[in-house]
Amino acid sequence: MTDTMKSGGLGRRQFLKNSGVAALGLGVTGFPSVLRAQAAPVKIGLVHPVSGFIAFSGSQCREGALMAIADINAAGGIKSLGGAQVEAVLADSQGKPEIGASEVGKMAEEGVAGIVAGYSSAISLATSQEAAKTNTPHVVDVGVSDSIMSRGLENTFRFGPGYGNIANFAVDNLNAINQASSSPAKTAMIIHEESVFGTGTANLLSERLPSIGIDVVDVIKHANPTRDFTNIVLQLKSKQPDLIIPANYYNEYVLLARTMRQQRIEAKGIYSVLGGAASNYKFVNEFPEAADLIMDCNHWFNPKSEVAMQRKTAAEAKGLIYTYEVFLAYNAVLGLVDAIERAGTTDKAAVNEALAGSNLDMSYMPYAATKMENGQNMGAAPVNTQVQNGDIEVIFPSEFASAETVFPMNG
Amino acid sequence: MRQLALLVALFAALAVAPIFIHSAVWMNLIIMVLYAALLGQAWNILGGYGGQFSFGHAAFFGTGAYTIAVLQVQLGINPWVGLVAGGMLAMLVAAFIGFSTFRYGLKGSYFALITLAFAEVLRILSNSVPFTGAGVGLLIELNPSAANMQFVDKASYFWLLLAITFIAFLTVWWIGNSRFGAQLMAVRDNEDAARALGVDPFKVKMSAILLSGLFSGLAGCFYAQYFLYLDPSIAYGSSVSVESLLVPIVGGLGTLFGPLFGAIALHTLSEVTRSVIGDLPGASLVLYGILLVLVILFSPRGLSGLINSLTGRVPASKKKEENNG
Amino acid sequence: MPDLAIVLPSVLNGLTTGALYALVALGLTLIYGVLHIINFAHGALLMLALYGVYFLNTVLGVDPYVALFIVPPVMFAIGYTLQRLVITKASHGRDENILLVTLGLAIIIENLALMGFRSDTRIIDTPYSFEVFEILGTFIPQPKVYAFIGAVVTAGLFWLVINKTDLGRAIRALAKEPKGARLVGINTNHVFAMSFGLGVACLGVAACLLLPTYYVSPHVGQGFVLVAFTIVVLGGMGSFVGALLGGLIIGVVEALGGLFLGESLGQIGIFVIFIVVLIFRPTGLLGHKV
Repeated sequence: MTDTMKSGGLGRRQFLKNSGVAALGLGVTGFPSVLRAQAAPVKIGLVHPVSGFIAFSGSQCREGALMAIADINAAGGIKSLGGAQVEAVLADSQGKPEIGASEVGKMAEEGVAGIVAGYSSAISLATSQEAAKTNTPHVVDVGVSDSIMSRGLENTFRFGPGYGNIANFAVDNLNAINQASSSPAKTAMIIHEESVFGTGTANLLSERLPSIGIDVVDVIKHANPTRDFTNIVLQLKSKQPDLIIPANYYNEYVLLARTMRQQRIEAKGIYSVLGGAASNYKFVNEFPEAADLIMDCNHWFNPKSEVAMQRKTAAEAKGLIYTYEVFLAYNAVLGLVDAIERAGTTDKAAVNEALAGSNLDMSYMPYAATKMENGQNMGAAPVNTQVQNGDIEVIFPSEFASAETVFPMNG
Repeated sequence: MRQLALLVALFAALAVAPIFIHSAVWMNLIIMVLYAALLGQAWNILGGYGGQFSFGHAAFFGTGAYTIAVLQVQLGINPWVGLVAGGMLAMLVAAFIGFSTFRYGLKGSYFALITLAFAEVLRILSNSVPFTGAGVGLLIELNPSAANMQFVDKASYFWLLLAITFIAFLTVWWIGNSRFGAQLMAVRDNEDAARALGVDPFKVKMSAILLSGLFSGLAGCFYAQYFLYLDPSIAYGSSVSVESLLVPIVGGLGTLFGPLFGAIALHTLSEVTRSVIGDLPGASLVLYGILLVLVILFSPRGLSGLINSLTGRVPASKKKEENNG
Repeated sequence: MPDLAIVLPSVLNGLTTGALYALVALGLTLIYGVLHIINFAHGALLMLALYGVYFLNTVLGVDPYVALFIVPPVMFAIGYTLQRLVITKASHGRDENILLVTLGLAIIIENLALMGFRSDTRIIDTPYSFEVFEILGTFIPQPKVYAFIGAVVTAGLFWLVINKTDLGRAIRALAKEPKGARLVGINTNHVFAMSFGLGVACLGVAACLLLPTYYVSPHVGQGFVLVAFTIVVLGGMGSFVGALLGGLIIGVVEALGGLFLGESLGQIGIFVIFIVVLIFRPTGLLGHKV
């Protein structure tokens, strides 16, 4: 560091995770899980909104990223750097883009080798742009907005899918489900939250649904928080769509599902896209009846992969609910460390180049082979899940499916 | 005059700071402090000198921010033009809010709440109309050049902000030393007495809210150019309104340097609590809250009150009349 | 254009939702009407009460309606103590200090909750969560009907306390003439703290009636604060009947606004009404002081 002013006063929030968790994943054996004292640790910045309105998701991201670091260290650290351990530098964006960006600035100066950040699209936009100023490698964990990747930043990468991809996938799969059904859906109503993820998704869906013969009878945008969903559900009741398509955060999803049950809504199916709750074990456990047979198009792991299931078990052993935030942040760290491993250096340009050429084996995800294009992993894809008998099953695409689709749900 | 000399000296010293500070982190911190001071000074004109507490300065801030962003993204208009337009439109919003409230004599907590309601109306509207990008927000294309008011280095952003902030502080210095300022403070301290002396409270308060709105709007323009992304809750959400009032109240209401003290104190507090406490979610904010409460318990007139009492000087602002609701 | 057949159910639903808002606003109108302070910590205290109801239910198995006998008294004690030990001391006679101190308290309480309870959204499951009454061909969830009754009863009780008791007379005197009240020997600090305590206790009632149809998380209170302030001003500050009426009106406006303008844009109705009332009738609909 060449500061003329002492930066010690700004504090270092470092967190060395040297846990006893057994070596998982990575497919590497033979390295003893002892610290190799001679190699300097490699610092990775984790910026997540662990306080404020989206604290739950932010904390889930942080936990997932920390698990990845623990696993990497237990498996021998970064071998091309003499088994260097990975050290997490933690920061809280408090849900505000400007605080996220400030934290990234601090981390860049502290000399982190890369940053995993965001959770929300708005924060990811700010953090990646700030990291770009120092060319610091930045992996977006969740942020699904396509505009994050369309700015041509050379340091910004995303291993998970964006919402353009997800919406297309959701429509194609819905078409397939519909075709296979004896009683296909002909009408749909979209209920989405008002920020970038809900609005963006809804716009894409309402554009494409007519092309597969589904008439969108109404699109309802609601605020966060919406304190009462009865009004929305009354409109559902009067329009009687075959399909209800929610795209919203967990709290609103829970209220919506509850209210639909109170008002005795009957539809052929509930097909959410990036629904906050339908792919959340907490919701399924707390509302087994309300959740039953809800379908979701969302980020998910590959249920047929040994590695994925081991990670899920390990996360649940720590008391975590295994939501998509956990494994997406886990993957983001894995992708970043893999790039450092291949680069054999923490030189920023080299790591960015390695990230751009990433071909990480992500068979524990329902992804095609990893292939980066303008920073976006083109192999990334969501899956369709359905809640069946109190569990979340993958129903589409068939190579990852663990159960058959039940549609229509009241048929 | 001593105050003016101090002000000019201070900003002159600040202007050369980037030559000595090469740390981007420190530059960013200074920028954020200055930005908070600008927000706070804007609020201080109306709240501190005019005694009209607003909970909705986001209405001005967001209008400035959206103006510069919408003009660039939707119409391809240069941000330097947008900066001027942003300030003007923020003033227009201020004129509308001021006219519809002061004309009916709203004050105290009624005024506070109605400004909040206006900000909410604007937030909801910006969430619904297409040209603001609604819920998806507006992303200003990254294209650094001075003509685009986007800079690679923090120092240039700093100088831009410093210039705006200097004008704001200069304006407040003028308020403290002019006939207009005397009238404004007279209206704050006792509206009826001021009227009896021939002051037109409506006119005076309108001028104050216009100036206040202008600088808040300029702060919004700066935010948009610095972070290049806006959505309705960033622009019109309550956190900007709260920061705007927190800064001058902590630093000292109705004082020239109060917003600067407040901005420095609050940012130092937030940085220190974050680095001291570590990573348990929420813990640093708890400490922040506790320290905030303690400061109020022991320094009831804000930091400049504290500084004045330490140096034995009479505070610039007299005790505000108790609000009778 | 929405189906006109759902206008009536929507209005009925708006009334029950509005009653819940009124419950949050009742406490606020007392605090605001007597102490003339804008209590930024109101939402945080509501959140605290909701956690109280939640843990009583999940840990001890106490039904939320039984918790009505436990949570409000505890909230009263919390409110009384806060006012006496922190807010009065910090005010130094200046409004802006009260503003800051309640803001500080809100930050502390919300983040303590985040530390202690984590950020998870929590819900309780009661036997009647999904039960409904059928009224005029509309399904109204039972908990909402109880909340409606609770709001009316609470408003009535508050009215009685303020108008028919010695404490109420002291509170009214203090609200009107703080200096005069002090002269005639009213212990102002005690009465202020009682008012604040009662206002906060009301949040305890609101929490018990709200949780069966809602959830709790550390920031849940903020969603209610703004709407509660709107109701207080709409009803006339310090007026309990006004708060009840204001709550019902806001509930219906929100429902109809959602129906005709869309759920997101429809929220604008609340604030437009608020602005119009403030401008043309700043004392509120039933505007007279406590």
